[in-house]
Order: sequence, then structure tokens, then C-alpha cells
Amino acid sequence: MTKKTPELNRRGFIKATAAGALVTGAPTIFTSKAYGYANDPGSASSVTLGFNVPQSGPYADEGADELRAYELAVEHLNGGGDGGMLNTFSSKALSGAGILGKEVKYVTGDTQTKSDAARASARSMIEKDGAVMITGGSSSGVAVAVQALCQEVGIIFMAGLTHSNDTTGKDRKANGFRHFFNSYMSGAALAPVLGNAYGKDRKAYHLTADYNWGYTTEEAVTQATEAMGWETVNTVKTPLKETDFSSYIAPVLQSDADVLVLNHYGGNMVNSLTNAVQFGLRDKMVNGKQFEIVVPLYSRLMAKGAGANVKGIYGSTNWHWSLTDEGSKAFVKSFGEKYGFPPSQAAHTCYVQTLLYADACERAGSFDPCAVVEALEGFEFDGMGNGKTLYRAEDHQCFKDVLVVKGKENPDNEFDLLEVVEVTPVDQVMYEPNHPQMGGAEATLGSCNAG
Amino acid sequence: MLGLKFSDFALFMLVVLCVALAPILLNPFPASSELAQFNAGYPDLLQRFVIFGVFAVGFNILFGLTGYLSFGHAAFLGIGSYAAIWMMKLLTMNVIPAIILSVIVAGVFSLLVGYISLRRSGIYFSILTLAFAEMSYALAYSVLTPITGGETGLQPKLSDPRILDAELSAGESPAANLFGIGMRDSYIVNFGDWVFTFNAGYYIAGLFLLVAFYLSIRIFRSPFGTMLRAVKSNQNRMSYTGLNTKPYTLAAFVISGMYAGLAGGLLVAMDSQVGPERMFWTASGEVVLMTILGGAGTLIGPVLGAGAIKYMENILSKINETVLKGWFEFLPDAASEWVVLFLNMFTGKSWHLTLGLIFMLVVIFLPGGLVEGGQRIARLFGIGKKRNQTVESDSAASK
Repeated sequence: MTKKTPELNRRGFIKATAAGALVTGAPTIFTSKAYGYANDPGSASSVTLGFNVPQSGPYADEGADELRAYELAVEHLNGGGDGGMLNTFSSKALSGAGILGKEVKYVTGDTQTKSDAARASARSMIEKDGAVMITGGSSSGVAVAVQALCQEVGIIFMAGLTHSNDTTGKDRKANGFRHFFNSYMSGAALAPVLGNAYGKDRKAYHLTADYNWGYTTEEAVTQATEAMGWETVNTVKTPLKETDFSSYIAPVLQSDADVLVLNHYGGNMVNSLTNAVQFGLRDKMVNGKQFEIVVPLYSRLMAKGAGANVKGIYGSTNWHWSLTDEGSKAFVKSFGEKYGFPPSQAAHTCYVQTLLYADACERAGSFDPCAVVEALEGFEFDGMGNGKTLYRAEDHQCFKDVLVVKGKENPDNEFDLLEVVEVTPVDQVMYEPNHPQMGGAEATLGSCNAG
Repeated sequence: MLGLKFSDFALFMLVVLCVALAPILLNPFPASSELAQFNAGYPDLLQRFVIFGVFAVGFNILFGLTGYLSFGHAAFLGIGSYAAIWMMKLLTMNVIPAIILSVIVAGVFSLLVGYISLRRSGIYFSILTLAFAEMSYALAYSVLTPITGGETGLQPKLSDPRILDAELSAGESPAANLFGIGMRDSYIVNFGDWVFTFNAGYYIAGLFLLVAFYLSIRIFRSPFGTMLRAVKSNQNRMSYTGLNTKPYTLAAFVISGMYAGLAGGLLVAMDSQVGPERMFWTASGEVVLMTILGGAGTLIGPVLGAGAIKYMENILSKINETVLKGWFEFLPDAASEWVVLFLNMFTGKSWHLTLGLIFMLVVIFLPGGLVEGGQRIARLFGIGKKRNQTVESDSAASK
């Protein structure tokens, strides 16, 4: 008997609701497909961007720096601050009055550097907050997963820090764009510099982080160095969660290799490099040559972690705050004034991506993903810190000069850890869209999806 | 009714009603209000509620009834997911074959793992299952990269064979569907300032939750369920009476493995991608938390626990510093700074701290989980006494 009363109440409640619905007029019902495109801001006074960055987990430092850059970009887009790169950007479509006259707002999510969590937070930003664009991330696995999601639901994805070939290679998507460079470019830029510095008859030993990014980097570096005359003695995969690499370094001493390539990133690289230096690898002479270590992908945050061990070690990077072109100077200045220290390469690429998206919307005159794709494809620009840059239409990858850097021998301060050795011109790192490392002939963008 | 006694039937009907009305019940705040932050009625989260509900209900059949604490259940969820995505890539984007295969594959794998792990009990059993899960994770992450896609995982691609599906027209991308109903298709109802989204995928997943929940009630009330409870209360006594308990525990293990596989298949059906971190040990730990938080050994507890954890993961974690600042703008500067600083320790990226605190409070003060909390409140108001007795006799039997 006690059970019956609430049930009657519930039924009564539903009846009342239904009656109320009739009284207030028939509710407007439509399916998601009835929109012109997904999350059309329509006549709203603001537009929402979704910043999906790792706020916890191994890449939380990069994520925090990315978020700072995004906040700065939104400030500049809305006309705040000193305008940063808006003043140096070759396209003058943006005026500091938001995007297409709408104020830019943003929501943030935590990718946790897991593709499931990243997709869940991206979906919540799209479904709940109505984000028109998703950007960010600090891992290629996450970038590929979120890019695929954005393709399915018809939202633009502007990749953050992702260096694996696959993002714009075999997993490229029409709705996804990458400004950051990739493994192939690292290999192509590093090989000639290494050849000049260490000679063309070296024997290399690779330690590779056992996941997708490690594989493509190893492939890119071995192919580029072998083409130059180096020999690859051995390639060993190391678990991503490894923190002590001594058991992997010891066999290097037994082999007759005279170069160690560490295809590691973040904390992995800090630990493996420290172990290698502790084992005295850099003081060794093998085959009558000085033993050398190479780190294909460098970042300032990693150099900071490894401390004095990075001195004299070669690597490549997408951007460095010590560059002296107008764009970089403007960005470093406004970032430094706001946060008190120079930005990382992750911050740079995220800032630029946001501006590029806003500019594309402005030029296209719409937030429609297909119009934005059209505006970005084949877009050439300058003044964003990397010199003249092309967003290639075939794979949505940016082509620009690549920096080869070296750990500084005598750093002046805690941020001045890397010095630019060479700026490899873009022609040298160019490749065909259907290059075998990029998924070959099978890889296609598909066509843009507007939701 | 439906072979259930009245109290169970009423509970089942309550669950049916909640699943049916969740898009409305969980969106209580108007879209333009500040409180809309707490709305949970959007498709992705609703789907997660019911899918992890299935996962936890299945886990509860093993843990709640037999007391065997498996620390590797995420492996079955992951394997179910991989099976489902391969079905979608090779056969058809229709979710039915994918879900069926995910259940079968997870069942076979759990038979293998269960057969080996159940040779031990207690902590050794937990460690064995954990070892299997970690092994599966490592295999998926690196060794089996050609099959699992490694860190990147798998997604449907334009170039997949999909032998049963018709050729896609230009510009179309493969989307999971049920005989043409897309999992992402939604009816959006604007009712004044409220926005309610009725998503096709959610209702399909919800249907599976109802079936899973019904089966779980039947298992709880069956002689088989009584047998499992007997295993929990005293396995030695069972053995001394000459009864071999292994077939019972193994059956429970396989059933809960199949539930996990179903959850994995549903995850892929709703959002077609798989990554190996789905099998990581933290994912296995999560389902243990869900079950204990909600109330192990109770029928509805695991569903509540799953909902609570997913709500915190998706809603609490999005309340960042900027949002908090917006809320406390009315306070004087210094005060608002302190309040924001303090609350920021519990929201945004630190939501795990809140989860930990709530979990501790529940375990210390409500050993029976949220269900016990609900019962206490009901008792406080003097209602549902009759039901209390039946539930109590249930939990007494399960102790």
C-alpha cells in the first residue's frame, strides 16, 4: 500500500507536465540534423571554443602551458592585451573584435592523456557547451582519437602538440588540421646536421618509446640517417612507463654503436638521457670516435628536467622563444608580460592554431566547418614565428622551416637552455602527401563533415 | 509480474522510469542559468551512465554475490570493445553484430582467465586477475599493435571493407547505426528555457541496461544466486558438504565477464573508437569503486555508484578556476580569492580528491553504500518500513 501513493504522484506529475506543455504551446522539436551545421552559433552574441588539454597525468605541464596560451589567444581575439601576433600575422582579417563580431568564450576539458577521457571531454564540450571548434592535446594517440571524433560529428579540430606522422599521415581527416611539425620533418632536418657534426659513417643504436609516436620517429630517423650513410646497429623498444633505463643502456656499451638515438619524450627522455650520461656514454670512444647522443624531439620543459645533461646534445623543435622574428618577439612579449616566463613550443603551436582558426572563420565569413576547411586549405601565411608557412590542402599539415637545436653549454638563465643550430629550410623537409611513412596511397582525408 | 515478486518488480519499474526520463530528470536547470553547469542530461554522459551501469551490475554478480574481488574486469571490457570495433570495420556499422560478438569474445576470454584465477581465492585471486588485465593492457598497447592500433587505438575508416554495408556516398563517413538509426541522432526539445536532448544511442544503450538489470534480479533471486551467496558466506563449509563450488564461481565469473564485454561493445557502439587505456588497472579499480560506493551485493547499488562516479568525472572536473571566480564575484576580493582557492582543491583537475573523500565517508559511515544511505533516510521519515525488512533480510543473507 505504501508503494502506491508515490506512483500515483508520479503519474500525476507527468500528467501535469504534459498539460503544462500543451498550455504553454507546443514545444519546438527538431533533430540535430536540422541545423545548417553542427553548433551553429546563429545570432548569439558569443561563440564557444573548446580547449581540451591534459590537466592531469604525465603531460600536465605541457597542458598547463597550452591553456595559458589559449587564454592569451582568446584575450587577443577579443581585443584585450597588446594583440600579440595579431599585429605580425600576414592576414589582416582579424581586428580584435572577436570572431565575425562575436565575443570568443571558451570551455576547458581534461584529456588525462587518454583517448577515452579526451573523447568524453570533447563530446561534452560539443554536446553540452556547443563548442564550434576543439583544439589541444599533448599526445598523438589523443590527437588521432579526438580528430576522428570531430570528423564524425562535424566540428573543426585544430591539433595541439602531436608529432607522430599518423596525425596527418595515415589517420588524417578532412576536419583536422596540424600546425606542429612531425617525425618525418625531424628526421629530414636532423640528418644533414648530424652528418656534418659527427661524420657520415656512424653506427646508431635506437632506444624507442614503445608506442605509436616512438615507432614513427624511429622510422623517420633511421631512414633519414641511413640514406646519408649511417648504419643502424639495433633498435630497442622501451616501455612507456619505464623510469629506470640502466638495463637498456648497458647493452649499448656492449654493441659497437657510436651514436645513441633516444626516441623518447617528456619524462622518458629526461630519465633515459640522465641514465645514459651517468653510464659515462658521452666520455667513451668507440671505433676511434667520440660517442654521441641524439634526441629527435626536444622541448624546453624536457631540457629543464634533464638539467646539465642536455649540454651539446642535438635535437629538433617546432619553435623556440629565443627566435628573433617579429612574430615570435610579439608572442614572447605578451606571454611573458602576462605570466612572467617565456612560452614553450606547445604554447606557441596552440596559440597559433587558435588564431589560424579565427582567421579562417573571418575570411570564410562563417563558422561552417566546410567553409573553414576551404579557407585553411592551401593557406599561406607569415608572421607567426616560423617564417613563411603553408597549410597543405592534401593532408592539412603545415609546412615550415624546422629548427635544429642543441643543449646550450653555458645557459644564462633557467629558460635559456637550447640554442638554435640551424634553421632547416622548408624545401628540405617537404614530402609527397602519399609518402610511405605517411600511410602511402591509401591515406585520404575524406571530405569535410558539417554535422 | 515478469517472474518477479512485487518489491523487485517495483524496483525494476523505478529503474525503467528513471532510464526513460533521465534526459529530463538530469537537466533540471535552464540552459542559460549559471546552474546549467550541473546539468548532466547530454547524450555522451547519459550513455556513459547506462553503459557503466551495465558494467557495474555485472561486476556485482561476481563481487557482490560470491565475494571474489576481481581487479581485472576492465580487460573484459577492453576485449569486448576491440571485438566490436573489428566487427564494425570488417562486417557492418550496424551495432547488433558488434555487440553480440563483444559479449561472446569477452565470455570466452573470461572463461580462460576465470579457469586459471579461480584456483586461488582472496588476495591471490585479485592479484591473478590484476596480472591478466595488465598483461592484456601491455599486449594491446604495444605487442599487438597491428591488431589493436597500439596507443592510437582503432577507429572506423573510409577504407575499411565493411562487407555487408552498401557503398558510402561521397562525403559520408561510416557512422554506427541500428538499421539506419544513427547512434548520434537526437531529438532536441526546447521547452521554454530548458533544452532536452533525446538521443537514439542513449535509449538503445538504456534498453540493454534494463535487460542486464532484469537478468541480474533473476540471478539474485534464483537458487544459483543463493549458491553464490553461500560461497561468499563460507566456502569451506560448502566444500565439506561435498559440493564442488568451482563451477558456480566460474559461471559467475563468466557471466560478469560477459556483462563487461557487453559494456565494452556498447561503448564502441555509442562512440566508435577503442584505446588500450580502457584496460588499464585504474579502469578495473573504477568499477570496484562504483560497486562499493553504490552498495555491493544490492541490486540497484552498482548503477547508482556508476552514475555518481561518472557524474563527478564529467561535471565536477569541468568546474575550473574561471568558473569558480564567476560564481563568487559578489564576495569582496580577498574573500572570493580564498573561497576560490579552497574550492579549487576539490573541483576541476582535483576532482579525484572529492571522489576520495566521498568514498572514505561512505565506507566509514555507510558500509552498505549509497543504498544504505537511502534506506536510512527512508527510515528517518518512517516510510518504506516494509521494504526495509525485505532488503535487510537480503543483505543479511549476503553477509
